[in-house]
Amino acid sequence: MRYLDEYRDADAVRAIAAAIHEATTRPWVIMEVCGGQTHSIVRYGLDTLLPDAIELVHGPGCPVCVTPLTMIDRAHAIAAREGVVFCSFGDMLRVPGSRGDLLSRKSEGADVRVVYSPLDAVRLAEAHPDREVVFFAIGFETTSPANAMAVKVAARRGLTNFSMLVSHVLVPPVIDAMLDAGDNRVQAFLGPGHVCTVMGTRQYEAIAARHGVPIVISGFEPLDLLDGVRRAVIQLEAGEARVDNAYARAVRPDGNPASRAVVDEVFEVCDRDWRGVGPIAASGLRLRAAYRDHDAAARFAVEDLRTAEPAECISGRVLRGLAKPSDCPAFGTRCTPEHPLGATMVSSEGACAAYFAYRADDLVTLGGGAR
Amino acid sequence: MIGAMCLGIPGRIVDLEDDRGLRMGRVEFGAIRREVCLEYVPDAQPGDWVLVHVGFALSRIDEAEASRIFELLEQMGELEEGA
Repeated sequence: MRYLDEYRDADAVRAIAAAIHEATTRPWVIMEVCGGQTHSIVRYGLDTLLPDAIELVHGPGCPVCVTPLTMIDRAHAIAAREGVVFCSFGDMLRVPGSRGDLLSRKSEGADVRVVYSPLDAVRLAEAHPDREVVFFAIGFETTSPANAMAVKVAARRGLTNFSMLVSHVLVPPVIDAMLDAGDNRVQAFLGPGHVCTVMGTRQYEAIAARHGVPIVISGFEPLDLLDGVRRAVIQLEAGEARVDNAYARAVRPDGNPASRAVVDEVFEVCDRDWRGVGPIAASGLRLRAAYRDHDAAARFAVEDLRTAEPAECISGRVLRGLAKPSDCPAFGTRCTPEHPLGATMVSSEGACAAYFAYRADDLVTLGGGAR
Repeated sequence: MIGAMCLGIPGRIVDLEDDRGLRMGRVEFGAIRREVCLEYVPDAQPGDWVLVHVGFALSRIDEAEASRIFELLEQMGELEEGA
C-alpha cells in the first residue's frame, strides 16, 4: 500500500459510482466541506459519475479564501515594514488584498518568503536575529497544531524576533451558520477528513443531531469521496442523520488529543469575520495573552486600513454553496488565476481555481467560443 | 499542491531525530524525503505510515482500516458475479 494510488483505481471508482446509482431514488444536495475535496471532485470529474439526482455543492473549507480582507491588508502593511521578513504558505502570495497581492509588495522591495512549514519560519528567525520574522498563520483546525507548536518552540528558544499574524478559523461554527441560514439547500455533508484527524468526530455528532443532517467524514482521494457520497445517500434515503467515519484509516473518534492540548495552550477561541460569509461568533482562534509577545497584530500597529472588495466577485456565494463558479459573469474572462478578482480563483483549494483548471469546456463557452 | 492547506500526504517514517527537545524525523513521500515534526505521533516509529500536513505528522495510518473499502469492493464484486 502507498495509501494514494489504490484510492484512484478507475474500476473501483466505477463500482462505487454504480452502488450510488443503485441507492439513489430521489434528488439530494450534498456539500463537501473542504476545498481539497472540491479539487479532487472537479479534477477527476467525480460529479459526472453521479446520478443526475445528486448535486454536489462546494463548501467554505478554503482557508485562504475565507481570510478576511482586513487581515490581508494588515499582512501587506506589516510585510512592507523595514526589517521585516514576512512568511506565508504559497497560496497566500497571490490572494488579492485591497491593493494588489503580496507579490506586488515583494516587487516593491518587501522581503516576502514562502515556507512549507511554520517551523521553517522559526528557523528563519534563528538565522536572522537582526530581522523581525512574521508568519501569517491561517488555516482550519488541521493547521492549528503546527502553528501552535511553532509559537511554543519560538518562545522556548527565546526568539523575540518571531511573531505570528493569526487568522485561524474553525469548521463547526461555519457549518452551523450555513444550516441556520434561510437559503440553505444542503441536506448532507462530506465532513472535513483532515480537520478530524485533529478534532475527532464528536463535535460533528452535535451538528448532525441538531440539524438532522448526515455527516460523513471523508478523505480526499476519488474512492474516499465517492464512498463518502455513497454512505451519505444511504443515510438520506433511510431518513437517518448520523456521523459516519469513512476516513477511519486516518481519523480516530477522539482525533489527536496531544495536538489539541498544544493548540489549547497557545490559542483561544474568538469571534472571526469570514471573507464572503460575514462575522461568525466563536469561529476562530487567536493567541492567548501569555503569547502576546509573539502576536504580530500587537507588535506592529497598523492604522487606517480601508478595505475595498471588487464588486463583481461572487466568491461569498460560491463559498456558501449558493452559486457555482461558472455562474459568475467574470469567471474565466475578467477573473483568471493570473488576474484574480477573489481568493477562490487563487487558492489551490478554491472552487473557482478548480473549475478554471479542470473545466476547460465551460471556460470555452463562457469565454466566447475562443479555442 | 504541496502547500495546499487542508492537504495531508501519507508518507513513511525513515528515521527519528531529536532537535533540541523536538521530536523530528525524515519521512519518505515516494521519491521525496522531508524533515517532519513527529511530536504529535509520539508512538510512531521508522517504517510506520503517517499523514503529514505542513511539516507535521497528525495521525498514524491504520492499515486494517485502510483496506476496508477494498474488502467492500470485493463483496460487491462477488454479489454481482452471483447475480
